[in-house]
Parts: sequence; structure tokens; C-alpha cells
Amino acid sequence: MTREVVVTGLGMTTPVGGDVESSWQALLAGNSGIRLIDAPWVADQPAKIAGIMAVDPAEVLDRVEARRLDRGQQAALVAAREAWAQAGSPQVDPERLGAVISTGMGGLVSLMDAYDTLLDRGPSRISPHMVTQIMPNGPAAIVGLEVGARAGVHGQVSACASGAEAVSYAARMIQTGRADVVICGGTEAVIHPITMAGFAAMRALSTRNDDPTSASRPYDLGRDGFVMGEGSGVLVLEAAEFAAARGATVLAVYGGAGLTSDGHHIAQPDPEGLGAARAMRFAIDDAGLSIDDIVHINAHATSTPQGDIAESVAIRAALGSHTDDVIVTGTKSMTGHLLGGAGAIESVFTILALRDRLVPPTANLVDQDPEITLDVAAGSPRELPSGDIAALNNSFGFGGHDVALVFRSA
Amino acid sequence: MSQEILDGLAVIVNEVAGVPVEDVQSDKSFVDDLDIDSLSMVEVVMAAEDKWGVKIPDSEVKNLKTVGDAVAYIAANQ
Repeated sequence: MTREVVVTGLGMTTPVGGDVESSWQALLAGNSGIRLIDAPWVADQPAKIAGIMAVDPAEVLDRVEARRLDRGQQAALVAAREAWAQAGSPQVDPERLGAVISTGMGGLVSLMDAYDTLLDRGPSRISPHMVTQIMPNGPAAIVGLEVGARAGVHGQVSACASGAEAVSYAARMIQTGRADVVICGGTEAVIHPITMAGFAAMRALSTRNDDPTSASRPYDLGRDGFVMGEGSGVLVLEAAEFAAARGATVLAVYGGAGLTSDGHHIAQPDPEGLGAARAMRFAIDDAGLSIDDIVHINAHATSTPQGDIAESVAIRAALGSHTDDVIVTGTKSMTGHLLGGAGAIESVFTILALRDRLVPPTANLVDQDPEITLDVAAGSPRELPSGDIAALNNSFGFGGHDVALVFRSA
Repeated sequence: MSQEILDGLAVIVNEVAGVPVEDVQSDKSFVDDLDIDSLSMVEVVMAAEDKWGVKIPDSEVKNLKTVGDAVAYIAANQ
């Protein structure tokens, strides 16, 4: 019998809002956070649009604190403070407190900026904070220091599945008895000419530059790639008995996780979606639920032509005929794709959907691709049933990583 | 001259570490009074080198215990 894990705090900063409630209300209203990038370097880029954080984290943090951190670390710290405060700043033995915050690409912008400095002004002018800004475990370490975590600080790395994998690892720390409370999630802030050029070289990005808010359109026939986003999502997980003993408000129950790998291709999804389907089934099993308990899926749904179809195939493979009774949404239509932050913010959105019994619409879904055989929320929010319900959050990453998480209503 | 350097150094220490400008006085120890850690000290030295066109080698930095030590070094080597 593993220990039950509950969610007691949520935090985020995203392209649609500087905190959880503003981001959530934006999604319910169908408001996109995608904009034209306001920088000279976009001139010769194929993709000139992105989901830039609605509130600059450097403006939220103390000035000195902000200047020592990479932008992704800043976002993680902002989200972590919100989540920790909502959880009521749990009084927990530091040796029973963990932090698991992932990033897909680390402090890449800080690295590029430092390289510019190296070329312009030489090695003596490299910041002494550069190394801790770029290391992929940096966000976990920063958040771990913030709360004083001593049970362990970790950063799972699996590209665009990193944030979800972090949540699963955090839950495992509690289930296996290493910790009572773990603050977890993901962060990413790598909007820079080098990443935009790199993803564009893979033909992965939307080039609908003349209409930014309609560029990310999962499941729509007109979709032409994903839109890069930035930001962070953080959850406070704790052992159910620990939360009960301190009288914490439970926002949702962590159900379980399924983690698999495609073994198919470095960047393309398995068209049969076998790895993704196994991940979903494992997650439902791990949660001790049956397929029929799932009422909602916050899908990975990046708005790429191939990926959206592969996920649709996988969902149907995993859930069979019950697929028709599940309301699916693609919130990247409004936030863009936060890479290592995606699985974390979408876990938060999944929990909020269970809380409010409302599924946010998939923006820009005008003409659903006939190959997408899913009931996708579009136009306006859709209601979820009352009673005990559960939802899946899917995240997949370059490298063939498949992570599915299950959450249950509180 | 020294007052100008002291004022300039106070601005740098404030920028790097958030210490109030008025707290950066000649008799204050960087480590014990102003809570400047070794990484922040590297930043202070870098900014001072840029501002006054001096070179402050690592072997000297460890002798600059107080703000006054730094002001004197900069004044003498400018």
C-alpha cells in the first residue's frame, strides 16, 4: 500500500497570466498569450511569434535576486512562491522536504548571453553566476533553497515531458517514504534566436506570423506547427496523512503516473502512438482506477501536423470506446508550448478543471482534422460531471519520452 | 578623490548585492558587515575594474577586507 499523495498548492507564471487564477481565467475565456516577438533579431527568422510571459518575473522578484538568476529560474521562483503560499507554507522537517523542478533546455539564454560577453569583452567579464544560471538542475536548486529542502533536490530531463516527469518523481519521493512534502514542477524560458532557428530548422514551428493569436491551433486542419512559450508551473505535493494532520486544504488527489519511451525516432512521434498509449494505461493502473473513471484529458496537443494525430491515435488505443466520453483540450493553443514547463502548467490546469468542473476550450479549433477522432472542447468551456472524477495530463518529449499523469477530484 | 571612489563603490555594491548605498562606509567589512559573498565580490571587482580602469588581481582581492581597503587600492592604482 503506497502512501496517498495530495496537491495542496499551485503556482504559475505563463504567457496568459502572472499567477494561477489570472492564467486560468484567461484560458476559460479563450484568450491567447501568443504575440509577435518585439526584438530586431526576428527579422530573418521563419517564426517570429511566441508566448512571452504576461508578467516579467524579473519585475516581480527583488532586483538583486533577479539579476543572479536565469529567466527560467526567475519564473520557477515566482511560481514556487505562489504555490508554497497557497499550501500555507507547510511546517515540515527540512529533511522530509524535497524539490523537483525540471527544465528541458536549462539556462540556454544565459549561456548565449555569456558567450556574447566572452566574444565582446573576453573571459574576465563572464559573470560568476553564469554556471549556476545555466545548469539544468539550477531551477530545482533555487526552489529547493527557497523552501529549505533537504530530502533531495532533483531535475528530471526529458525535453517537453520534463515538467510532468518532475511531478511523477516528486510523488514517488512521497510514496516511497523519502519525503512528506515535495514542491515540484517545471520551467522554461528559452525564447532566443538560436532556439527559434533550431526548432524552425526542424520545421516544428508555426510560421503564421501575420496572426499570432491564431497560430497555435491544435487539432485544426490549418495547424502548421507549435508556438514556443515560456513560464513555469509549480505544485506542492504532500502525503495525504501529513496534509490532514496539519489541516491543509486539498485541491486534488495525485492519482498516478505512467512513463514509457517510444523507441521509434529522436524527434518524430510514433504514428501508432504505442508508447503514449502504454503511458496512459500505466497511469490509470497506477492510480488504481479504471478507464471509465477518466472524464477529461489535458492533451499534449502541440499543434504539429503529425503529433496531434499520433496522440489522438494513442488516446483511442488507451481508452478504447470510452474515448468518446472524454472531453479533451489543448491549452497550448493559448499558452504556446512551454517545453520543460508544459507538463507542469498543464498539470495545474488539469487540477483546476477538476476543481471547477470546467474544461477550457481549445482556441482556434475551427475546422477539426477528420483524423482527430476525439471530443475536443472548443469555443467555450465544457462542464465536467459531479461526483468523483479523474483526468489525464499527457506530455511527450523529443527523444521519445511519454509521460501521463492522473489526478482525481478532491 | 577618495570620496568619489567611495560613492562609486557604494553604487556598485548596491547594484550587485542590494546593500543600501548609505551603509557602504569605509570602515565596513565586505564579508562581515555587508554580507558580500565570494561570487558577489567577483562582481564588485569586475565592475570596479571597468569603472576606474584598474586591474585588481585575485591575489589583491583577498587583502581588500573593508570598503576603505578597496577605495585605497583603487586610488593608488588608478
